[in-house]
Amino acid sequence: MTKILTLQEAVTTFIKDGSHIALGGFCPARNPMAITYEIIRQGKRNLHLYVHSHGQALDLLIGAGCARRVELAYGGMGRFAPTCIRFRQAVQNGDIEWEDYTNYEMTLRFFAGSLGIPFMVTRTSLGSDILTKEGFRPETRKEYKVARKKLAVMDNPFSAEDDKVVLVPAINADVALIHAQYVGEEGTVRIEGLKFADVEIAKCADKLIVTCEKIVPESYLRQNPDINCLPPFLVDAIVPAPYGAHPTSCFNFYDYDAQHLNMYRRMAEDDEKFKEYLNEWVYGVSSHEEYLTKVGIKRLLEIKANPAFGFRPGLERG
Amino acid sequence: MLEYKPREIMAIMAGRMVKRGDVIFCGTGLSLIAATVAKKIYAPESVIFFETGGIDTALPELPISVADSRVMYRTSMNAGLLESFSILSHKKVYTKAFLGAAQIDRFGNLNSTCIGDYLHPSVRFSGSGGGSDAACLAAEVIIFMQHEKRRFVEKVDYLTSPGWLSGPEARGNTGLQRGGPSAVVTNLGIMRFDERTKEIYLSEYYLGVTSQKVRENTGFEIDISRAAESKPITEEELRVLREEIDPQKLII
Repeated sequence: MTKILTLQEAVTTFIKDGSHIALGGFCPARNPMAITYEIIRQGKRNLHLYVHSHGQALDLLIGAGCARRVELAYGGMGRFAPTCIRFRQAVQNGDIEWEDYTNYEMTLRFFAGSLGIPFMVTRTSLGSDILTKEGFRPETRKEYKVARKKLAVMDNPFSAEDDKVVLVPAINADVALIHAQYVGEEGTVRIEGLKFADVEIAKCADKLIVTCEKIVPESYLRQNPDINCLPPFLVDAIVPAPYGAHPTSCFNFYDYDAQHLNMYRRMAEDDEKFKEYLNEWVYGVSSHEEYLTKVGIKRLLEIKANPAFGFRPGLERG
Repeated sequence: MLEYKPREIMAIMAGRMVKRGDVIFCGTGLSLIAATVAKKIYAPESVIFFETGGIDTALPELPISVADSRVMYRTSMNAGLLESFSILSHKKVYTKAFLGAAQIDRFGNLNSTCIGDYLHPSVRFSGSGGGSDAACLAAEVIIFMQHEKRRFVEKVDYLTSPGWLSGPEARGNTGLQRGGPSAVVTNLGIMRFDERTKEIYLSEYYLGVTSQKVRENTGFEIDISRAAESKPITEEELRVLREEIDPQKLII
């Protein structure tokens, strides 16, 4: 049976209310946006999100009321929003539960999940409030797939000297969502540019959905296996979604859409305008193709990457 | 005297601190432009790397985030977070980190998480990202701050990134192996940390700024007795910054 699904089929099949979802991408880069919009359109609720540093997909899932909890290191879009706006609002209003970690810790947590081990060890966050302050309520700690505590400190059992280390709990998400440049017809994944922690994220979940710019024959990817990063049998669904990270960037394919992200920031700052944004750009379009039509060919060409650079040099970003 | 914006002088002063051979872990915001200034003007041979996995990037254009495609161009390698953190904390490499924050105390402890109570904040910020990791694991940290009383505080509302914690022994006692902040670059001057007490003091003030002004904009008592005037920024430095590095005024 083919693993190639539509956005709609992939969300319906794999994502339920209350699912624990790990998101790939980093701030304004390679967010799995097309599938994020579809999750919002299908009205999924009570999602539990895991991210290291994240941006647009995180902000929309929170803003649209799909997420009730997030474990994160960072919510921001660089210049376009130093702090993700709907995330900030949701925290300030107490609309979600959150738990703060560092990027290194979140990466190790995904890695532990991918290895099937309960925790990893580090020295980061010693001396900080990340170690001492818990965000989740004690009741939340008893729930499905939630670690029983945030972090733990122990003495290095292999050292004769006093040596404190921090244990970080594994993440075992239900579903991981990543966006890649190329996926083979059977599921071999190739990510170009920085991979961030997408490979660890992909492997920490029970199910992996990979949206992609292009589906290509497996034989094409096997010509240069050195740069492939996941084998087909780890991929549960392949979803073709050209420009599927828009308005975030996808190295070698397109830059971030600065104009769209600036518009988003202005609208997200106001509750009513944010609803308008969702109505116009998410609920008001029935498919990814319709979304791209709405973005328009002019903009899509403006942000198209120059293959000599991987981004669009001289892009108007102000 | 040259007219300049606060962020311009901060980027130039921090850029000047980068030397050939340095390995710089670059955070977001002003760190991005300071790193680009360093690369274009002072130390083209320095290595700039990002937590996202961009190692020794060429920085052809100013990135607006550490995940910008511009940090992936002609690097020595495009990796991921795990590889980057292994470099950040590598005992063989003397890594210097550029970090910004919302609040700082006299020991250089930083808050980039929230104002007010953690569970009921009046203002929420982005959070640590890799900032706390750099503060814990880099060999040295250089901090960017706007110099305001509400930012230079007696006690940070949330300690996201450890500085010298509570004094000279504190990092070691808590289990951190190295590091600690060496300088704080603000829009008024450059602060450093006393070798003995690890408390912040005013080291340099910029042309046109007085040490009294620094004191007035600091929310705790700061030692200004060792302060001297910085070497002024030049027309050429400003020109390169404005025309070549950030012509679209993305960060400045």
